[in-house]
Amino acid sequence: MVKVRINGKETSVDRDVRTVLDLILKEGLVPNDVVVEYNRQVLPRDSWGETCLKEGDSLEILSFVGGG
Amino acid sequence: MMEDALEIGGKIIKNRLFVGTGKFAHHALMREALLAARAEVVTVAMRRVDRKNHASSILSGIPEGCTIMVNTSGARNAEEVERIARLARAGGLGDWIKIEITADPKYLLPDNAEALKATEALSKEGFYCFPYVNPDYVLGKRLVEAGAAAVMPLGSPIGSNRGLKTEEIVRIMVEELPVPIIVDAGLGRPSHACHCMEIGCAAVLVNTAIAIAEDPVAMARAFSLAVEAGRTAYKMGLPESVSFGRASSPLTGFLGASGEER
Repeated sequence: MVKVRINGKETSVDRDVRTVLDLILKEGLVPNDVVVEYNRQVLPRDSWGETCLKEGDSLEILSFVGGG
Repeated sequence: MMEDALEIGGKIIKNRLFVGTGKFAHHALMREALLAARAEVVTVAMRRVDRKNHASSILSGIPEGCTIMVNTSGARNAEEVERIARLARAGGLGDWIKIEITADPKYLLPDNAEALKATEALSKEGFYCFPYVNPDYVLGKRLVEAGAAAVMPLGSPIGSNRGLKTEEIVRIMVEELPVPIIVDAGLGRPSHACHCMEIGCAAVLVNTAIAIAEDPVAMARAFSLAVEAGRTAYKMGLPESVSFGRASSPLTGFLGASGEER
């Protein structure tokens, strides 16, 4: 298990969730519907598969919602 | 009449009614309303995903061809605005950012100082910045110097439906600033939107009044007509007002009146 922070919440992720892409899929999210900030840097979608989760990483996962 | 298009943010926009996507009962209704408004520019916001309850993306309800402006509502300072803007760009939504920094939870009034900072920073990164601000002509000049694509003064507090309470200053901004002035927030009735257009605003942004109407599709159409009416009137030049009556029918040559008596 690796402990990371997702949207401000401490979360333990299974060993089979190696990369950011694995995490997005495991969460049941549609990759095209979300954007990811990884340790306060924007993480482009094409980097998700090669970005491995490490202990203490901080991720923000956002989506587009209605707004004025 | 010559086509009256608005050049803004690197695009040509024909419909001057910009529509926000918040508060609609569901995506299908929002889509119908956007179509009824013939909206070309729509705003969306960004939020952390709810990991327990995934909502379907708002983007699926936005008709093809619309230009999307991402608002930064929820940001508390310029730095958070910059983070949201970069994420929006990474999400493939383009470069139009409505800079909205709310500093006050009661009236939801924006933070002008932070909006200026964010406009300076994001313009340098190639974003088209649309700062939402309390109306202030001098700030407007600073925003233009900082690279703002337009300035968006509020008419009255967000969602208040009170109309253009800030008219005196908005008029000065329209008159003096070399960028489009778009009234954003507080427009509750089509007549409010029409009035903004009559005084020369380049566009208006409406959300709540359409989204929570009994029939948002009909209300979207009403706002669209009002914006078109106000814009047309502005282009024609409105007549001066006077304090006495001036007959619109001839007052002479009737039932034997000499005409000289008048």
